[in-house]
Amino acid sequence: MQWVGNNLGLVAELTLAHIALSIPPIVLGGLLSIPIGWLAFRFPTWRGSVLGVVGVLYTIPSLALFVLLPPLFGFPILSELNVIVALVIYAVAIMVRSVSDGFASIDAGSLRAATAVGYGPWQRFFQVELPLAGPVLLAGLRVVSVSTVSLVTVGVLVGVKSLGYLFTDGFQRRIEAEIVTGIVMTLVVALIFDVLLLALGRALMPWSLLAKSRLRANEAV
Amino acid sequence: MIEFRHVSKDYPGGARAVSDFSLTVPTGTLTVLVGSSGCGKTTLLRMVNRMVEPTSGEVLIDGQHLSERDPVELRRSIGYVMQSGGLLPHKTVIDNIATVSRLCGVSKTESHDRARELMGVVGLDSDLATRYPQQLSGGQQQRVGVARALAMDPNILLMDEPFGAVDPVVRRELQRELLDLQARLNKTVVFVTHDVDEAFLVADEMVILREGAEIVQQGTAEDIITAPADNFVASFIGAAQGNRVLHRSSKDPAVVVDSDGRIQGRLEA
Repeated sequence: MQWVGNNLGLVAELTLAHIALSIPPIVLGGLLSIPIGWLAFRFPTWRGSVLGVVGVLYTIPSLALFVLLPPLFGFPILSELNVIVALVIYAVAIMVRSVSDGFASIDAGSLRAATAVGYGPWQRFFQVELPLAGPVLLAGLRVVSVSTVSLVTVGVLVGVKSLGYLFTDGFQRRIEAEIVTGIVMTLVVALIFDVLLLALGRALMPWSLLAKSRLRANEAV
Repeated sequence: MIEFRHVSKDYPGGARAVSDFSLTVPTGTLTVLVGSSGCGKTTLLRMVNRMVEPTSGEVLIDGQHLSERDPVELRRSIGYVMQSGGLLPHKTVIDNIATVSRLCGVSKTESHDRARELMGVVGLDSDLATRYPQQLSGGQQQRVGVARALAMDPNILLMDEPFGAVDPVVRRELQRELLDLQARLNKTVVFVTHDVDEAFLVADEMVILREGAEIVQQGTAEDIITAPADNFVASFIGAAQGNRVLHRSSKDPAVVVDSDGRIQGRLEA
């Protein structure tokens, strides 16, 4: 505990850096996945190949990705951009399937009703399909969030500082408390993100909670 | 006035849902298309708002060919009521009712005022305005569906088995209210159902269909019950089984029974 007391400033600084690195991949990955996942949903013939390719992306080890990306995109290995782009790729890999499942989960009757009352194609997408896919999208985004927050730590291997720094530094200097602090703080950040996402879901989709509680009430009967 | 002129619909794979169908629905009348499931009645209904395009033939509203109208704009000008209400689960009751007027560019305040007024028209308590559809009973959902269809005061109302998903008691109530409403509003209504009793109750004009949307008989309920065109109609409306032919009970002349001796009611003195 003494180590923590003496290094509060460092822990706070690394936690903030960690948060700053985690947000862009979650947001960008989520946004990019929507059109890709929609295509996979909309065109069943592509579905297999799109989900296949995206699934393979997740199996690429992060270190290999850090080495592969710079020549492809023209940024230096030791840069935040390298880490963020790699994490966006992982986010997309997780999220695309959720997006596709989310659109598939929408009741066909609701869509027909939307068309019948006069929603144009774009209006129907943004005002009906996207919100109704929302609960499944949110579930996917929560997985992306946890995964991203934990993967950010690996960035320290290409010199991008995050809570991961506490692992490598603690390991080299054999300070157990430092390693434990890194783990605990990563978990805390992941937890805070998750709570925020849940709160966002509740605020944006109050109806989705009703549907669930009603389902449970029906099961109970 | 809605006119179907020699309309056919083939689905890919060779299934023919509608075959050379012609019908005129006069303005201000309630016409019921009755038939068992798969007879093509819903396909016909969806042609009126271009949810389904005929393979050949034409549908016209007040003399105008529907193929000349923009489908989205057309749908906004026609009220559509479907089974279970077809409400959007992520919108509150009032937002569901206001959907069409919002799509037509009416301001939120004005749409909500009109929606609140319509809740009264269809007999919904104003406390329900902020509820979500899944918090309502089947009958209430159906009333919201009707209110939404009336929001822009359309001339034409399409009703696709609107009361099919509610229990018999509520269904009767909704049917009676539809009649009251129609007496006041005089819409041109096309109503699809497989329930003959419902058709007898609400129809100005009944059109009995069999597979391929072939018209077997067309006329008022009285025409059809007194002179079924053929065995198909007789059997479809239950006349062949004897439960449409009523006589006095031999035990008590004030009691009316069908051909099986099942008690159907009493004669008023």
